[in-house]
Amino acid sequence: MFDLYTRRRIINLASLSISVLTMAFGLFWLGWILWTLLANGLPHLHLSVFSQTTPPPGSTGGLINAIFGSVMMTGLGVLIGTPIGILAGTYLAEFGQRGWLAPLTRFINDVLLSAPSIVIGMFVYEVYVVKVGHFAGWGGTLALAIIVIPVVIRTTENMLRLVPNSLREAAAALGAPQWKIINFVTLRAARAGILTGVLLAVARVSGETAPLLFTALNNQFYSNMNQPMANLPVVIFQFAMSPYDDWQNLAWAGALLITASVLTLNILARVLFRQQTTHH
Amino acid sequence: MHAETVIPNPKLIVKDLNFYYGKDRALKDINLTIPEKMVTAFIGPSGCGKSTLLRAFNRMYQLYPKQSATGEVLLDGQNLLDKKQDLNMLRAKIGMVFQKPTPFPMSIYDNIAFGVKLYERLSRNEMDERVEWTLKKAALWNEVKDKLKQSGTGLSGGQQQRLCIARAIAVKPQVLLLDEPTSALDPISTANIEKLIDELKQDFTIVIVTHNMQQAARISDFTAYMYLGELIEFGDTSTVFTNPKRKETEDYITGRFG
Amino acid sequence: MPTFLQEASHKRQALLDVLFRNLTRLAAFGVLALLVAIIGSLIVGSMPAIHAYGFGFITSSQWNPVTDQFGAWIPIVGTLVTSGIALLIAIPVSFGIAIFLTELSPRWMRRPLGIAVELLAGIPSIIYGMWGLFVFAPLFGDHVEPWLNDHIGTWPLLGPFFSGPPMGIGILTASIILSIMVIPFIASVMRDVFDVVPAMLKESAYGLGATTWEVMRNVVLPYTKIGVVGGIMLGLGRALGETMAVTFVIGNAHELNQSLLMPGNSISSALANEFTEAVGELYTSSLIELGLILFFITFVVLSLARLMLYKLAQGEGRGA
Repeated sequence: MFDLYTRRRIINLASLSISVLTMAFGLFWLGWILWTLLANGLPHLHLSVFSQTTPPPGSTGGLINAIFGSVMMTGLGVLIGTPIGILAGTYLAEFGQRGWLAPLTRFINDVLLSAPSIVIGMFVYEVYVVKVGHFAGWGGTLALAIIVIPVVIRTTENMLRLVPNSLREAAAALGAPQWKIINFVTLRAARAGILTGVLLAVARVSGETAPLLFTALNNQFYSNMNQPMANLPVVIFQFAMSPYDDWQNLAWAGALLITASVLTLNILARVLFRQQTTHH
Repeated sequence: MHAETVIPNPKLIVKDLNFYYGKDRALKDINLTIPEKMVTAFIGPSGCGKSTLLRAFNRMYQLYPKQSATGEVLLDGQNLLDKKQDLNMLRAKIGMVFQKPTPFPMSIYDNIAFGVKLYERLSRNEMDERVEWTLKKAALWNEVKDKLKQSGTGLSGGQQQRLCIARAIAVKPQVLLLDEPTSALDPISTANIEKLIDELKQDFTIVIVTHNMQQAARISDFTAYMYLGELIEFGDTSTVFTNPKRKETEDYITGRFG
Repeated sequence: MPTFLQEASHKRQALLDVLFRNLTRLAAFGVLALLVAIIGSLIVGSMPAIHAYGFGFITSSQWNPVTDQFGAWIPIVGTLVTSGIALLIAIPVSFGIAIFLTELSPRWMRRPLGIAVELLAGIPSIIYGMWGLFVFAPLFGDHVEPWLNDHIGTWPLLGPFFSGPPMGIGILTASIILSIMVIPFIASVMRDVFDVVPAMLKESAYGLGATTWEVMRNVVLPYTKIGVVGGIMLGLGRALGETMAVTFVIGNAHELNQSLLMPGNSISSALANEFTEAVGELYTSSLIELGLILFFITFVVLSLARLMLYKLAQGEGRGA
């Protein structure tokens, strides 16, 4: 048998080799999925995807109405969610030292951050879709806004906490009132970090499918915000599950588009964040 | 600094040691002999390289990719810096205690047993005896004998540091490296540790880094004064403190700088 | 009269301060209101089902829109089983990845690899679903499941779980895809909490001559265990609520099978498939109650996860 020392070295070597394998295991899935997307999506990513609307079964077409719908709902959702998130995040970082509201909000927010998005869709269905009587773009916007808020709150608070107190004290020493200190000094100093959070929020919601299923649903044509509205994720879902080749091909093209934009946003956010933190 | 000091029983011999953080040379041609079963202190202003020198003795710097050393450190004639020298075995022979107490997140008993189990297969009874022997050596037995199963993190700062010393001597090393072991402690705990160091030198060769000159004067037999990565003066403590040979040493010791 | 003007301006600023503070407070309060509204609307929506079936809803495995008989047992079991198996796979893999990223990886590789892991988390779940349905499930059904049938399927205790028609889609496939999805979440929390361990503590263990594995196993892991469990719970919360990836590959069958190779259903996939098509008050209401149950389960799991992570953050710097 091995002596104690040899045995320890063998165990160490074995477990560290397994650790290397797990890393390779993780990268393997990433590579496989990305390769699948490129192989199936690229051949079908014609110009018509960006110029024609979603086709009826059995004919060719594009995704432009779905792209339009996704951009509208994501854009408006982020536009609605961001100011609320920044305000609440500001409260947590700047005013939340005392009392019960800040710790409780922080906790609930962290829970909502990973709450199942399909339940958010049901909630908006209950309070909006049922009330107006039909699926609509605004419903999807609302659901996405609710998902954006916790992401923005979390990054806003984190970024404001990185701002050194000396900066606040310097502004206060000049006699500036608190609302001016926060709006013109603290928030401004944390600007790039908060923008990172917003980008991550955009990335997060642009792939969301489940909440849109119950709110915006889908539409074969362009639509305004008060009608059911086409969007990439739901179109991908319905087309992928369909038996028609044309639809499945469009689904792959859409999947490639959506993944490329989400991953680009993710990388962009990280690069931006890195620049901000190395400046300090 | 050459030849005047006669070192009784050399334990560690440092020859032409250079140390680099990336491209920065942090130690410059250090030559030094550390005597067996005595206390040797490294003093000097912060950033002078005294901790760096200490960490070269057990090659702790190897955890960090950009740090490297050239030259020789001989332990009983064997070069520790030799790549072929087995790192774990080296560290079993050279124990180390840090600035702040670092009890492992486990019971007091297991803190001691952890290191022992790395090298020896002991029966339950033998391990109990070893733990008791160690804690007695570290002057901690009376304080903790009734709570060996409790977490080491529940002890006071001074007790935690003695636990860390106990943990280091449990594997019966030959050399004990102490890196500012009392810098995070109150005066009473510091006095306890100093008393302990004085007792431990019967069994171990001790090298201590300290920023506290009085401490070096109180507990060490030999003192090395370092400045900007160079060894300025080395000799027996009373000589270095009362009759330094170099102007720089005198300036530092008399408080004119540093 | 400058003093009068200054005083007026001062009062105005003080008023603006109060206004601004209360505006931010209102926004923070809005988060709590949102939670209450979500729970409230789900409860109101599920009242008809609660009245009709009471607590029996949870334990009944009926699901028949024609006779208006509904029970949540099958999707609940499906959700718990898929998430459980996903964790069994994801925990050791995530631990390995976290060790690699904190201890083994060369410094220049850490950032790109860290980003790669996080990109895995960034891929939208619908993409996992499509890839799972069109690429993974056919391969799994053709090559792995027959092997499972032949080898593990004959074992005395585990056998029944792994025998059955190799169709590709089913509970096991959904679990594996879920595990791939939660690995990045658990791995990045583990990496973050491992980074919290003071260098001196690790050096103390290395100083005794411990190997990298011994330092991780005996010092780093015990030191961070609350955070590690918190990270695992966070991953579990994700897995429980995951919808699209599961919907594509679980098979959407309201059946309870011992075999993991058979199709099944989870709460979220039942909702995704049936909610927009449900007719009749009881059917819709039963689905909303399913949503309520899902929200309740994930809420509890995520709360525990957060509490553990907070506890670790507070303990930081105190030694352990």
